[in-house]
Amino acid sequence: MTAVPLDRPATTRRGDSVFKGLATAAAVMILVALAGVGIFLTLEGVPALSAESGALGGKDNIVLYVWPLIYGTLLAAALAILMAAPLSIGLALVISHYAPRRLSKPIGYVIDLLAAVPSVVYGLWGIEFLGPRLGQAYGWLAENLGFLPFFEGPASGSGRTILTAGVVLAVMALPIITAICREIFSQTPVLHQEAALALGATRWEMIRLTVFPYGRSGMISAVMLGMGRALGETMAVAMVLSATGVVTINLISSVNPSTIAANIALGFPEASGIKVNVLIFSGLVLFLITFVVNFLGRLIAGRGQVKEGR
Amino acid sequence: MAKSIDVSDLDIYYGDFKAVEGVNMTIRAKSVTAFIGPSGCGKSTFLRSLNRMHEVIPGARVEGKVVVEGQDLYADHVDPVEVRRQIGMVFQRPNPFPTMSIYENVLAGNRLNARKMKKSEADDIVERSLKGANLWTEVKDRLGRPGMGLSGGQQQRLCIARAIAVQPQVLLMDEPCSALDPISTSAIEDLIHELKSEYTIVIVTHNMQQAARVSDETGFFNLKAAGQPGHLVEFNSTQKMFANPDNDSTEAYISGRFG
Repeated sequence: MTAVPLDRPATTRRGDSVFKGLATAAAVMILVALAGVGIFLTLEGVPALSAESGALGGKDNIVLYVWPLIYGTLLAAALAILMAAPLSIGLALVISHYAPRRLSKPIGYVIDLLAAVPSVVYGLWGIEFLGPRLGQAYGWLAENLGFLPFFEGPASGSGRTILTAGVVLAVMALPIITAICREIFSQTPVLHQEAALALGATRWEMIRLTVFPYGRSGMISAVMLGMGRALGETMAVAMVLSATGVVTINLISSVNPSTIAANIALGFPEASGIKVNVLIFSGLVLFLITFVVNFLGRLIAGRGQVKEGR
Repeated sequence: MAKSIDVSDLDIYYGDFKAVEGVNMTIRAKSVTAFIGPSGCGKSTFLRSLNRMHEVIPGARVEGKVVVEGQDLYADHVDPVEVRRQIGMVFQRPNPFPTMSIYENVLAGNRLNARKMKKSEADDIVERSLKGANLWTEVKDRLGRPGMGLSGGQQQRLCIARAIAVQPQVLLMDEPCSALDPISTSAIEDLIHELKSEYTIVIVTHNMQQAARVSDETGFFNLKAAGQPGHLVEFNSTQKMFANPDNDSTEAYISGRFG
């Protein structure tokens, strides 16, 4: 045996330094790509600030043009999350804690499959199947709940409303929220779950005492990811929504605000010159909204972090 | 309040695997009963069957009778949730709820009863339980702090306080000191001595000296062979078990000549 000299410089192995280089490069690449997108959107979007009303679909300035789109984007995403979040969390709980294992596996697979369906297919489903059926329901809502501003009517017969778009987006956001929540719920330490059960908690009480507090930040992250999907979804909304670019809280009429992504998709093929800049500017706004939503999500999630016990 | 437990012909299964076979014993009220035996002999499994925690594991089930004060815990109409409210449990590793303060941890079981408590009533329960668990003087000035901030031994006493806050009839302890240092262990053993006057205590331990120190009666579990179900070899007063056991294998295990 030879003694290892202790006074030589710290050992560096080639594998370590290669891996470190690769990992750093990957991290830097993401930042560069993100910055590149940001810079492109800003440079190409700025000329839109001085666009004339001809390029702005008759609106006087860019703010008036973008505002209804922001509103529509947020409204559609909010409607989607309002529907998808409780449903997903419930589904995830069924899979992780309620259903017998024999059943929970297949349910999980089916929900994961929903994520693999292309958005065009969701769009077709929204127009051909969901829209007309919801249209009838909207008629009923307008008649019986018309005193609420959301259901003021006149109801759209084809059902191509912001609410229908919200439902389609909810179905699209569902698998990702469910998958993440399911993972987090099933990672709740058995130790804590048994502590609750041994105190005489029912299953629901056990979930409230241990699973929810433990999974809180993960649930928020999951909802934020779902929200991201709903904010950025283009094709399905472009197909389903009959948009006129107004700002209204009436959810069931045929006069609806459009969303930024759908507006770009529908407007880009015929756009040229300054109109392109206008669309890119709205893209920049979407980019920022997504950023802010994610940032808020992190902030909320970080505040409720549960520290694992020793 | 403390009650005795009569176990007759209890078989315990994990799915198709029979883990424990044919246990018969009577656990006396207001006494400490210890279970000892090698790892995997089913003593923890048996303990968990006494408050129906065993069946929490998918596929786990029990055949036979566990009778507390004339009531079979495994009778058809008995709700396991109700059983667990009557029979408290302390686990191997301290498990206070991580999001809750010390105060809320103690009250967790009481809050489950969904009854609205007055602040003064809640304060009383917290003080009584923490005093009962010998923790009051150490934490009385920081009841609002998270339970996770305590040391391991304090956390375990907090878990005992949480268990006795609902005034159970029986207190089950599954190796409550195995994750603790000798000083915390001794604190818990002293506590077990004190709790004996009010509760029926059943404790599983790997530490034979501990069984000898804290218990009035001792049960020795063993396996016939690897893969075979565990069974109760001998159940006797602790004094007799450690001085002059009836069974040869008990003596072999206790004197360290085992395996």
